[in-house]
Amino acid sequence: MNDLKSGTRDALTRTASTQLIWLGLAATIGFAILMGLLYWVSALTGSHTATLDAIDEESGTVTLLLRTEPPQLDSTRATDSVSISVLGHVMEGLLRFDENNQLAPGVAERWEIREDGATFWLRPDARWSDGVPVTAHDFVFAWRTAISPATASEYAFILYPVKNGESINSGNLPVEALGVRAVNNQTLEVEFEQPLAYFEELVAFSTYHPIRESFYHSREGRYGADVDDLLYNGPFEMTLWVHGAHVRLEKNPDYWDRERIRLNVIDMPYFTTDATSALNLFKDGKVAVMDYLGAEQLNEALQQRWQLKRFGDGSVWFLAFNFSPDRVTSNWHLRKALQLITDPSELVNRVIKLPGNLPGESLFPVWLQGVNTFFRQEYPVPKIELNLEAAREHLQIAMEELGLDNPPSIALLVDDSPGAAKQAEYFQNLYGSQLGLEIRIDRQIFKQRLAKMQNQDFDLAVYGWGPDFADPLTFGELFASWNPNNNGRFNNTEYDESVRLAQSSLNPQIRMEAFARQQEILIEEVALIPNYERGRVYITDRRLQGVVRRAVGPDPDYTNAFISSD
Amino acid sequence: MYSYTLKRLFQGLITIWFIATATFVAMHSVPGDPLINERGVNEEIRRNLEERYGLDRPVLEQYLIYMSNMAKGDFGISFTQQNRSVNDIIREHFPVSATLGILAIVFAGIGGVLWGALTALYRNRLPDVIIMFLVILGISVPSFVIAAIGQLALVKLNGLVGFSVLPVAGWGTVLHMLVPSLVLGLGTMAFLTRLMRSSMLEIISADFVRTAYSKGLPPTRVFMKHQLRNAILPVITVLGPAIAAITTGGFVVELVFAIPGLGRFFVQAVQQLDYTVIMGTTVFYGAFLVFMVIAVDLIYGFVDPRVRLE
Repeated sequence: MNDLKSGTRDALTRTASTQLIWLGLAATIGFAILMGLLYWVSALTGSHTATLDAIDEESGTVTLLLRTEPPQLDSTRATDSVSISVLGHVMEGLLRFDENNQLAPGVAERWEIREDGATFWLRPDARWSDGVPVTAHDFVFAWRTAISPATASEYAFILYPVKNGESINSGNLPVEALGVRAVNNQTLEVEFEQPLAYFEELVAFSTYHPIRESFYHSREGRYGADVDDLLYNGPFEMTLWVHGAHVRLEKNPDYWDRERIRLNVIDMPYFTTDATSALNLFKDGKVAVMDYLGAEQLNEALQQRWQLKRFGDGSVWFLAFNFSPDRVTSNWHLRKALQLITDPSELVNRVIKLPGNLPGESLFPVWLQGVNTFFRQEYPVPKIELNLEAAREHLQIAMEELGLDNPPSIALLVDDSPGAAKQAEYFQNLYGSQLGLEIRIDRQIFKQRLAKMQNQDFDLAVYGWGPDFADPLTFGELFASWNPNNNGRFNNTEYDESVRLAQSSLNPQIRMEAFARQQEILIEEVALIPNYERGRVYITDRRLQGVVRRAVGPDPDYTNAFISSD
Repeated sequence: MYSYTLKRLFQGLITIWFIATATFVAMHSVPGDPLINERGVNEEIRRNLEERYGLDRPVLEQYLIYMSNMAKGDFGISFTQQNRSVNDIIREHFPVSATLGILAIVFAGIGGVLWGALTALYRNRLPDVIIMFLVILGISVPSFVIAAIGQLALVKLNGLVGFSVLPVAGWGTVLHMLVPSLVLGLGTMAFLTRLMRSSMLEIISADFVRTAYSKGLPPTRVFMKHQLRNAILPVITVLGPAIAAITTGGFVVELVFAIPGLGRFFVQAVQQLDYTVIMGTTVFYGAFLVFMVIAVDLIYGFVDPRVRLE
């Protein structure tokens, strides 16, 4: 450059700049042509357009977002909340949950539960989306498929109350031995393994949904994989499923109770787990519900004066202990010491700080029904007074019993989520500073945390349990010695007996007393340290009414939703 | 030329085989159990699941089976979506990532060359300073921040105008692609701008440029024929890896803008220990990268007469 005269240089720069501008222009035009081409290609490949607003009154459309795409719409194998929520809209079991979260007739018009079994009379006007009636045979086939060890369904255990369920699932009996049979097209006869107080709750669950055998076999292993690989019998039918991108549900014109359904289309063209992105869509008026408000989003929601609602997702989170004899946590005094200094309110309000959670007090959450009212109102949790002095004394005794000179070191197993890390550090600090215990945090990816728990490779673990049906038993049996999910191997004869009583008794009073006894034992024995009952805060468009949230069953449920025009 | 291409393809296949083997070994040495779930299952079910995915066999045998299936183009069935094959997942979601990636790279390539040439021409003057400042920003700000800012800007824009000018998220129309591809390409564009600038500066005072001027060629011609064409070579070199990086690295952008690309499956599979999806996506991306590099080397032969492909 230096040996060029400055005049030449300026001239060069000028002409070159003009050149660049022309090039830029050409590039822009090229870019536009490319976009046009892409537009054409995407139109050819049958892509969709999602340009409606959150609420479109004219067409009766509500636009929503999903956390992820439904991973599994084969009802015998679905386990996650997104799949179960979608299934709850497009499928219907013998019974369903209504807008008040009460059980209501579904495919079954009426039913009778006896001590040894049950009979369901199916309504004649229940139809599949191809017009063929739903029959008792469809239930028999679905239940047999779900319980078959070849299907390897994670939720097969929910069918164990049906006679021979567990034996079939363990490969000891053929599926034909399952205690369910179609007397005729309209009558379904069920035999129980033992008397059962909550069977109505179970048949509303998605694993109990019907599947038509001929259709299932015609899909050759792809049942539930795509929009054409499913038959629908619910209030809505799926009309579009672009994997990872878009699910559209439309009102099912053949549904027997179609007058009840007021929305025409539930459109879900956005799948994201990103809360900020979800909030942006809500702000832009593109989605009617924003479901996962974190602390940051909450501030904005409060500023904007959006209508906030809370609901509990039903799960209970706690510190689980390992009771194996070679673990220090098998020592009652050590556990007691931890119990006496743990304050769940502090954990919820000052550490987790996410809106919607309640401080945990018991394994049995507040929403469970007792005999007449809520279980926890009828049988309050025994109060535990925080007491540092007593805790230190217990620790002293524990050390003597364990033959230790110094407070022991304890491994705390958590997964790798940011929330779990915060919680683990809180416990590490609390137990370290107050009792001088060394808490070693063992952070693992989700699957490895589960593997370590199931192999009893932990002392303490941050653990959560969500209900499978709306009965205290779904929590109570977690600590039964035979339960495969009793990862810490808690083993208490009286507790086991109490669980067996609650499983087999039909008397609500006796059952609830059994659960109350279990609640007491868990606290006396310090089988767990409750942390919190998880809840969520969400916002909805004011025009969307009648959305049902629930702890058990399809959630969220838009089948009863409607658009109010004000 | 042909023998060179064949040789490179053969090398490419060996690289892919190596990638597959390394991934297989790494995946099986990561602690954790892909079949474990929150609800414990009985032994019979466990056995059935192991059989379904071939995990009941010795690892070496699993490896051989996997390799022979892969050679036939069959990546198996996903662990998390038990009725979908990995081939389906790649077939349905890679085109989305590719579309996004191509747009991003077009944007990055054009932008990078233009800005780079401009900054070189205006070296140490105001346009250069401003653009280079933006370039530093573009390189150092992570894509999730840019994505979030981009999306927020859209919300504000739509709010200001009063109707949806551009969609905030989602996928399907050309309008959905615009902002995510700009966001995705921004980092690469910044990087290419710097590369272009430095190579342009080298060229400007090169002997052949001086010769061109002394021949009496008009500045326009010198710029187009001698400067730009030569300066662009390093940009083309990095374009191959950049295409692969952009196409595979769109995870954050895909998450923020709710785009159904393959990147999401890639990341989720690792978190879920979904063996078949991890293998499928890694090998696929690996192959993609390898062939991109080969393609760029071949293109190089056309662009630069000094390179002889033998």
